[in-house]
Amino acid sequence: MGKEKSKSGPLARRPDNSAFKQQRLPAWTPMLTASTVLPSFYLLALICMLLGVWLLLTVQNTQEMKVDYTEAGSCNLCFEMRKNVSNAGQKCTCMIMFSIEKAFKGDVFIYYGLRNFHQNLRRYMDSRDDGQMLGRKSNLKSPSSYCKPFDVDEKGVPIAPCGAVANSMFNDSFILTYYTINGPTVVPLLRKGLTWYTDKNVKYRNPKMDNLTLPEVFEGTTRPPYWQKPVYQLDPFDPNNNGFINDDLLVWMREAAFPNFKKLYGFLYRANKPFTKGLPAGNYSVAISYNFPVQYFKGRKEVVLTTVSWFGGQNHFLPIAYLVTSGLILLTAVVLTVVWWKFGKDGKNMAD
Amino acid sequence: IQSNCIVTSKYNIITFLPVNLFEQFQEVANTYFLFLLILQLIPQISSLSWFTTIVPLALVLSITAVKDATDDYFRHKSDNQVNNRESQVLIRGSLQNEKWMNVRVGDIIKLENNQFVAADVLLLSTSEPHGLCYIETAELDGETNMKVRQSISVTAELCDPNHLASFDGEVMCEPPNNKLDRFCGTLYWREKKYPLTNQNMLLRGCVLRNTEACYGLVIFAGPDTKLMQNSGRTKFKRTSIDRLMNTLVLWIFGFLVCMGGILAVGNAIWEKEVGFLFQSFLPWDPPVDNFLFSAFLSFWSYVIILNTVVPISLYVSVEVIRLGHSYFINWDQQMFCSQCNTAAEARTTTLNEELGQVEYIFSDKTGTLTQNIMTFNKCSINGQSYGIHFCLSFRLNFTPLNPLADPNFCFYDEKLLESVKVGDPHTHEFFRLLSLCHTVMSEEKSEGELVYKAQSPDEGALVTAARNFGFVFRSRTPGTITTTEMGQTVTYSLLAILDFNNIRKRMSVIVRNPEGRIRLYCKGADTVLVERLQPCNQELISITSDHLNEYAADGLRTLALAYRDLSEEEWEAWSESHRFADKATDCREDRLAATYDKIEQEMLLLGATAIEDKLQEGVPETIALLSLANIKIWVLTGDKQETAVNIGYSCKMLTDDMTEVFIISGHTVQSVRHELRSVFFKCRFSQISCVKYTLEHQRTYILEIKKFLSTACACKAVICCRVTPLQKAQVVELIKKHKKAVTLAVGDGANDVSMIKSAHIGVGISGQEGIQAVLASDYSFAQFRFLQRLLLVHGRWSYLRMCRFLCYFFYKNFAFTMVHFWFGFFCGFSAQTVYDQFFITLYNIVYTSLPVLAMGMFDQDVPDQRSLEYPKLYEPGQLNLLFNKREFFICITQGIYTSVVLFFVPYAVLSDATQSNGVPLADYQSFAVTTATALVIVVSVQIALDTGFWTVFNHVFVWGSLGSFFTIMFALHSQTLFRNLPNQFHFVGSAQNTLLQPVVWLTIALATAICIVPVLAFRFLKLDLKPQLSDTVRKPKFSFYDPSVSALLSSQSYCITATFERRNSIFGVPTGKKIARKSYQRVQMQMGNQKKDWKENLCATCYRSFRKNVCD
Repeated sequence: MGKEKSKSGPLARRPDNSAFKQQRLPAWTPMLTASTVLPSFYLLALICMLLGVWLLLTVQNTQEMKVDYTEAGSCNLCFEMRKNVSNAGQKCTCMIMFSIEKAFKGDVFIYYGLRNFHQNLRRYMDSRDDGQMLGRKSNLKSPSSYCKPFDVDEKGVPIAPCGAVANSMFNDSFILTYYTINGPTVVPLLRKGLTWYTDKNVKYRNPKMDNLTLPEVFEGTTRPPYWQKPVYQLDPFDPNNNGFINDDLLVWMREAAFPNFKKLYGFLYRANKPFTKGLPAGNYSVAISYNFPVQYFKGRKEVVLTTVSWFGGQNHFLPIAYLVTSGLILLTAVVLTVVWWKFGKDGKNMAD
Repeated sequence: IQSNCIVTSKYNIITFLPVNLFEQFQEVANTYFLFLLILQLIPQISSLSWFTTIVPLALVLSITAVKDATDDYFRHKSDNQVNNRESQVLIRGSLQNEKWMNVRVGDIIKLENNQFVAADVLLLSTSEPHGLCYIETAELDGETNMKVRQSISVTAELCDPNHLASFDGEVMCEPPNNKLDRFCGTLYWREKKYPLTNQNMLLRGCVLRNTEACYGLVIFAGPDTKLMQNSGRTKFKRTSIDRLMNTLVLWIFGFLVCMGGILAVGNAIWEKEVGFLFQSFLPWDPPVDNFLFSAFLSFWSYVIILNTVVPISLYVSVEVIRLGHSYFINWDQQMFCSQCNTAAEARTTTLNEELGQVEYIFSDKTGTLTQNIMTFNKCSINGQSYGIHFCLSFRLNFTPLNPLADPNFCFYDEKLLESVKVGDPHTHEFFRLLSLCHTVMSEEKSEGELVYKAQSPDEGALVTAARNFGFVFRSRTPGTITTTEMGQTVTYSLLAILDFNNIRKRMSVIVRNPEGRIRLYCKGADTVLVERLQPCNQELISITSDHLNEYAADGLRTLALAYRDLSEEEWEAWSESHRFADKATDCREDRLAATYDKIEQEMLLLGATAIEDKLQEGVPETIALLSLANIKIWVLTGDKQETAVNIGYSCKMLTDDMTEVFIISGHTVQSVRHELRSVFFKCRFSQISCVKYTLEHQRTYILEIKKFLSTACACKAVICCRVTPLQKAQVVELIKKHKKAVTLAVGDGANDVSMIKSAHIGVGISGQEGIQAVLASDYSFAQFRFLQRLLLVHGRWSYLRMCRFLCYFFYKNFAFTMVHFWFGFFCGFSAQTVYDQFFITLYNIVYTSLPVLAMGMFDQDVPDQRSLEYPKLYEPGQLNLLFNKREFFICITQGIYTSVVLFFVPYAVLSDATQSNGVPLADYQSFAVTTATALVIVVSVQIALDTGFWTVFNHVFVWGSLGSFFTIMFALHSQTLFRNLPNQFHFVGSAQNTLLQPVVWLTIALATAICIVPVLAFRFLKLDLKPQLSDTVRKPKFSFYDPSVSALLSSQSYCITATFERRNSIFGVPTGKKIARKSYQRVQMQMGNQKKDWKENLCATCYRSFRKNVCD
């Protein structure tokens, strides 16, 4: 206001002569011209091609092996057995044989794969209580309503961990055996460090112990209905891998985006021979403790072994996609060049 | 009784929230979002948290509410200020100070000089003789000249409070209305009736001037006053883009429902086939007992998820952009008129982009094309024409003859002065008429220093001319006019004023001179006057009408003058009938007109005057430029045909190459039809020209609409003469209705208001004729030539920016939303979103809003001077090429394509990928982060491609948005937030775990390339094969020569001379005169080749300005 008063005379109401108000701000005005577009197309094609080739070479060095064990071999029996809900408590083990033609070099990861299992349903994904799994006592005793109908059991005892996600946890286990000339050797697996650092250390926490043991902390809660053992006994070997920070639980709780997915089960322990360089070629068997029923939803189960490169496991799509894209860009670039050369107006014939 | 308290505010503190919210929810969009919000609160279908809708909705509502509240606060403030003004009210015989709001109908109030009138009051008495008072009505109608009001004679004596206190009259009057110039009522007092007219009323908003004090009786108070009745809401104008946008939004709603339907069907099938079996892991929610019900819920869930195709921020952003463009118009220095210290003003902020689509301009002539500064130029007295233009004689010096002369008055013909000096009786009578027959007010501050205040500039010019030629109008009272005739003071008694109006087209006075002779003086349009002359002197009449035609052909405004002697008996008889008509309560106007008509007969012709109204600066160039931009300009004027045609030539509407000029002036249906038909056929076979349509007969006009339209629209230029204000509006409506084209009306006077209001865009020229046109307009500025900048620069940019903005906006929201649709096929149609809920909330209001806003604000395809140099650049707007249904589908297709890429590329890569430490990347949160990042990057690259003008704001906003996306994402995925609200921020750690993976970045890069490369290729192809003019003009080293511009330049050679002088004087170039002389020679050379008369006239005009330049 003061500024306006200070002005007077015939030009008092004249607008300011600022670049902004007069729309004369200095500006960069890029234009699509043949000299910028065509070279960048060729360059882009080149970059994509190089990337594609590089990725393809990298991917060639990785190996992957999938073994579907849903009803293969002796697992057929277990498959039939799991059809009946009343047999849920009974144990069933089966074994599958497979052979590796070419040695897996380097780190080898063992996954379990599920097909047609929808971890990405809206209500399924919501059916969990992150507060409970962060170790909040209040949520432990009264789980969030999102967990319904897996929040409390028939007697009203709260379930820990609550919700459909935890309840449906995958509970098959595998023992991998390598058959050497000297006889079978169990392939040593590491079952820790399977998760993101943030999951293990931030997102999931056991409730405060206050000098109590884990079972005491979880007193007053019950296990999810489909589980065989309570959450504080998930790992019989390592007491520190129990409760809400059990690796297998964490892996399961990180829901998959698509109905066909694989989750990390463990990786090869390479300290002792013959596994120091990875998995040698030869015959293997995998003994499965077959618990997880898939026949209800027409699902499949598999064991996956892979090695990884700097950008992860075996993934043919990415390099091929890059190569195809590169080809298409190159094609486009050539077409554009021809068009520009033959028919382009580019200001030349504008005077007509 | 009505109190005088006015309330223009809409809310108070208590009602603000409910009333404002109620108003806001009347907007369809807001209600729609409220409906969504309610849907989201139902847990079974809530696929998104409530905050995804309520945050933007609250933001939008609160921005609007704050704006409304500020507006209302200022209204409250001004209401308070007005209501608390003091006024003196007569209570129980004594004057007491009262606040305005406490003044009641029936109160008697006292007003003092320079005070605002508090209510509509009936003037009872004044301190001046004869119950006169003067008022200024600038606040009411914008006219700054003073007007006289007079109390009725019986109350004029009630001068002191005691008498007034005993006043017990009763007033019966018409109900409150908004007609400022009419009042009809009757005063019953002491068993007598007195008619009341507007002449007795002081309206609220007027200011009392030159009057010590006056008393008035309050008739209408508060909201009943004419001022308040006039402040009604104006019709809300919408742009064609608005209408298109609404249609498109409806289509999108339809699309939304279709998508929801498809997904619901999918859900039904999935639940039946798979979900039913999956129930052991995830039982159906209690109310759901079969797949159909689940599908029904899924439909609503998807409606919620997909609602972002019509983002709430669309409407707000559009408003913000338009507001910005309006400010740019207000700030434009090149539309600032330094002579009148007026900047351009966008009075409506919602029409900007329509300025870029104008096809028809309807222009008033006087004051719009011309300056409306009238100069007395020529006259014809008793068959002798005076007034020449060559510099053979110098400007006349009047002071020796007449010390009262106005020094600014110019006249060059000394013959006239001689004739006055020798005392030619006709000449004397001529100027006497001019000094008596008018309604001008004079103000004499000191002896001899006269200032005239005239309602119309014509009158002022005529009275000033009489003043210089020795017949000085000094002062007037209601009953007398005092003049100084050749140095002698003469007082005439004024018997009657027969007022001017548009139908009568003349005014007369009846005066009695000191000798007692009664004479009627009349001036008016020649057509009306000639019918009323005594037929005796046919020769004089024909000579004078020759002169009149000659003047009109010069583009001058003509008036004929006549007088009539009246005998005492005639006067008595007429005065009786006049009194009778005056007292009539019904059809008073008509009866008065009839009485006037009776006496304005048998008159003797004195002569004629011609007044020049100069063209405004830059008018021919502007018109030429606008017609090159394919804008059709129609001039609608009340002037006579010859004047109009001439102005048409001088302002380049009509040019040489218009070989045939058609004039349609039939008076009957048959003849008009015939003429139209013949013209129409000629139009089809020859390269033409122009139609001048004399709208004499309303009925004819209505019958021949179709024919008129098809003919007129085939013509390059149309001039309609003799049109009334209503007809102006009708012509505009006609084009609006039948041509579906965007129309713009430009005018400066009260007679243009109806036209301005009915056109799509109304432009008011703030000129000499008050501010009524400006008040009714959407845009206003001081000079006609600013129109070219308003349309070709601001309008064009606004349209371009708005179109680009809308294209991008729909694109980005489709790209964003349709990803959910594709994901539906993988997640059992369960309405799971792809992205984090916070991303959905913030995408439209934070991550992508500012770059596109900056583009919508600042984008320029070509610099402003280029768009003036190449008027053809305006055409895409008229043809509506930049945003129409086709463009919309292209945008949407591009958006859907992008969404396909953005979903399927990450899907294909990630579903099998793992991190380098073996942890799979196919988890939902990694996928969400990857897709969201890819989306933000792709739409940012796209906006970077779309932005053609990278100012610092664009850089800041584009990079800032990208930066804010990453910053906010990392913040939302941080531990702190998670620890406090674990269920809301469960994405903890996703950003860092995902974005550190090279494979994720390779995916994003691939998706970006696949999205952008085709767009780039198409754009390049389009640019290469079908370059638009703007693309060509934009090239940096472009030096292509446009033949149309050169044609324009050569055709302007006449008028360039006129403007040269000014430019040079501004820039101080010493060679100014030389250039002027050269161009004068050029004009002369061209003159040699010309044969038509009008050209000589034009050159004469040109020469005049040149001579002024050289001779001075």
